[in-house]
Amino acid sequence: MTAPSSAPGNPAPITDLSALRIRARRRRQLNIYGLRVLVAVLVLGSWELTTRIGIVDQFFFGQPSGIARQLWIWITEETALGPLWQQVLVTMEETVLGFIVGTVLGVVIGVLLGRNRLLADVFSIYIKAANAIPRVVLGALFAISLGLDIRSKVATAAILVFFVVFFNAFQGVREVERNLIANARILGADDRRLTTEVIIPSALSWIIASLHISFGLALVGAVVGELFGATQGVGELIYSAEHNFNANGVFAGMLLLAAMALLAEAIITALENRLVRWRPPAVGSEVQI
Amino acid sequence: MTPAIELRGVTKRFLTPSGGVYTALRDLNLTVQPGEFCAVVGPTGCGKSTTLALISGLEPASEGEVLVLGKPVHGIAEDIGYVFQTDAVFPWKTVLDNVAAGPRYHGRTTGQARSMAREWISRVGLSGFEDRYPYQLSGGMRKRVALAQSLINEPQILLMDEPFSALDVQTRALMENELLSLWANTRASVVFVTHDLEEAIALADRVFVISAGPGTVKANYPVPLSRPRNVTEIRMQPQFSQIYGEIWNDLRDEVLVSYERQKLSGAA
Repeated sequence: MTAPSSAPGNPAPITDLSALRIRARRRRQLNIYGLRVLVAVLVLGSWELTTRIGIVDQFFFGQPSGIARQLWIWITEETALGPLWQQVLVTMEETVLGFIVGTVLGVVIGVLLGRNRLLADVFSIYIKAANAIPRVVLGALFAISLGLDIRSKVATAAILVFFVVFFNAFQGVREVERNLIANARILGADDRRLTTEVIIPSALSWIIASLHISFGLALVGAVVGELFGATQGVGELIYSAEHNFNANGVFAGMLLLAAMALLAEAIITALENRLVRWRPPAVGSEVQI
Repeated sequence: MTPAIELRGVTKRFLTPSGGVYTALRDLNLTVQPGEFCAVVGPTGCGKSTTLALISGLEPASEGEVLVLGKPVHGIAEDIGYVFQTDAVFPWKTVLDNVAAGPRYHGRTTGQARSMAREWISRVGLSGFEDRYPYQLSGGMRKRVALAQSLINEPQILLMDEPFSALDVQTRALMENELLSLWANTRASVVFVTHDLEEAIALADRVFVISAGPGTVKANYPVPLSRPRNVTEIRMQPQFSQIYGEIWNDLRDEVLVSYERQKLSGAA
């Protein structure tokens, strides 16, 4: 896939090469942005068009302009549940709390079971069984046992996050290179140091990879929790829009959730770049010319 | 004088994944005097690395006695340094923190450990690279980090498992000379495992030849070449070739045995 950068016998000067490289990279970036806009225009345009001329019923499927109008009303005036920022904040709070609780539990229990063979053998069957249940239904249970306040949503989000992080932490601990463990022990590390200085840093790439997926799951947990009963939040907003047969409202709520997920993704990526600075940069990011 | 390392009638068996028993070492006797640089040579799969694992306490012996500094080995022994064949520096630590790991594990504060580490980093010629991560270094530089990381603990016993086998020839000669000059200042007892007989003679005071697996010591040869040595120049000496000839006579038979077996198991 690497094309020779210049004809043999006629090598380009190094400065030219790097200028070429930078230009190629910029051109590629522009192309990508352009294509992305094109995809959005095509999808939204055909959606708008087909609903306007009546091939698709906008009562059931909404309409991009209607969704934009709905969002505008929510932002400038207010939603059926109060100011929009408050709904976003409530859902964000539930999501972040659930994410943190689930991640901490997942890492702690994952490392514990990864380090202890007996515990792992005893509990593995129960964890597999629990993982096989569609866990969102636990949201219903939490709504009964924890009530309709924030706790039931946090619990639903946390339980979804827990399993993903747990399995990654467990696997990460198991995959630590034996050489590194031997080296640390020879250098004088006790069990505690071994865990904090070798096992956890080594498992961190696995754990962080799971955080990308699990924030999305935390959001699902919070919204499902709200659907099972709530007074505020984006999930509740979607629920009330659905009750009023307001398809545009449902889509507008989805758009809000997507924006929240993208924001969180950016934060997690920044965190990842900080925490695993020691990893060589990915090879694929190099632009070929 | 108590020997630094003594293996008496040591046998090591492993359970293979299929449930069989594999004997890596059988009735191995080996003695290393304090301050002595010993090399262990032998054909592939003869249990050279296993010997180091037993001395370090990473693996227990199935039979026989392993004594380090006169005391039987139970678990990881104190006063031991180990340079592994493959990279074992911590990829998530900078050069400075990699070298500082040993003193920190032994209870020094991070500040103390780092200033000790700075000194060792300059001794292995890596000043200016303190803040790099291992992936940013060349293979030779990573070996220097590994050396400093082991030597900073001032071990009385230094175990080295083909540490330079992955390096190119020039870097390798450079590292061998540096190892000798570093070792001259510590006078630790060294067990240096290698498959390269030339490297063994150039570095060591004594060369042990291990037989094709199950490994046992077939013979040991003193190397009466004067020190300080330069590993590239010493190879030109007539005495070097004479010692080489003697040991190779022994080693060749074992290499052939091991090779025949590999061909057989490959054909099976």
